[in-house]
Amino acid sequence: MALRDIKARIDSTKKTMQITKAMEMVSAAKLNRAEQNAKSFGPYVEKIQEVVGSIASGSSNSKHSMLLTRPVKKTGYFVVTADRGLAGAYNSNILRHVYRTIQQRHKSPDEYALIVIGKVGVNFFKSRKMSILDSITGVADQPSFAEIKAIASKAVSLYADGTFDELYMYYNHFVSAIQSDLTEKKLLPLTDIAATKSKSSYEYEPSEDEILEVLLPQYAESLIYGALLDAKAAEHASRMTAMRNATDNANELIGQLTLSYNRERQAAITQEITEIVGGVAALE
Amino acid sequence: MKTIQVSVVTPDGPVFEGNAKMVSAKAKSGELGVLPGHIPLVAPLTISAVRVHDVDGKTQYVAVSGGFIEVRPEKVTILAEAAEVADDIEVDRARAAKERAEKRLAGNKQDNVDSIRAEYALKRAINRIDVAAKR
Repeated sequence: MALRDIKARIDSTKKTMQITKAMEMVSAAKLNRAEQNAKSFGPYVEKIQEVVGSIASGSSNSKHSMLLTRPVKKTGYFVVTADRGLAGAYNSNILRHVYRTIQQRHKSPDEYALIVIGKVGVNFFKSRKMSILDSITGVADQPSFAEIKAIASKAVSLYADGTFDELYMYYNHFVSAIQSDLTEKKLLPLTDIAATKSKSSYEYEPSEDEILEVLLPQYAESLIYGALLDAKAAEHASRMTAMRNATDNANELIGQLTLSYNRERQAAITQEITEIVGGVAALE
Repeated sequence: MKTIQVSVVTPDGPVFEGNAKMVSAKAKSGELGVLPGHIPLVAPLTISAVRVHDVDGKTQYVAVSGGFIEVRPEKVTILAEAAEVADDIEVDRARAAKERAEKRLAGNKQDNVDSIRAEYALKRAINRIDVAAKR
């Protein structure tokens, strides 16, 4: 390679590295915020869980449709992806898993319905000609509940009106900055409500069933919101890691290129000297 | 004087924390007043104002968009999908939301999901304007 070409490559790699480094820092800051959001959401969902649990333990004869398992004719899939790439395997992990699961479980497209968050997921299913029931894109990096409320309550009402008979949720669970776990969660019907031994047995005003009417949709929506917050944290984390790797690689590449640049330059100098010496020798 | 701890929690975080000598709220079955030492109770709320009467005799208003109230002898927790303390309400935004909802309601007369949603939005906006007027 000519000297000038190597120089040009070093320069462009340096510029790329600046960008990836900046993106890494931006994602780190966003991850911080996302973790805080998840923390401030904690008390809300814990409280709901406690009340739901105490009602569930108090009476097992509640006949709310969201608690009852019914024969499954159609399954809903709620998939959380990102709007942008450059986040390592964040999107592809989920999409591949969901795609494979659907292929295994269902023979015809009538047996499942998709609800998708994130542009990457929407494009993925569209390009495979799988119809999407509902989707939102452009969710903020720090989503507020109001933003997600519409799609969450739609998912819940689609279950209530019998469009599908069970709902699974797929998202990346944030473990640490370098690890996130693909999570499959059965959202509806709400079967895994732990009957908590609550300290106080409540009076229900007006009745348990009417409270469940309000409480269960709110609970299911909050679970969706919680999953989204979790997924956002995982997204920022995996983008941060991906960008850090890119920066490291760029650094290494620059090192190698600099080495070969120096070698090349030295070779050119040596050759020049040899030519001069040869020229002088010829004159003598 | 005996007081009761009050907290209003939304998915976006706690909105209000404090102590009170009495809390009144509007449940679906009617007005509800809670004093310290109340028996444990759970009740769904309407879109309304929760009034927190604090120890100094002042009253704080919190606009809630439904949700429910959980009462224990020493603590009241209100869980709503959205809630705002009167001082934090942006009246202009609430007015704009009210107009939007009214327009949408006027636009379609059929009894479908959209108009139900618009009606709720209208109720919430009116509630926020009312509560803001009390600060």
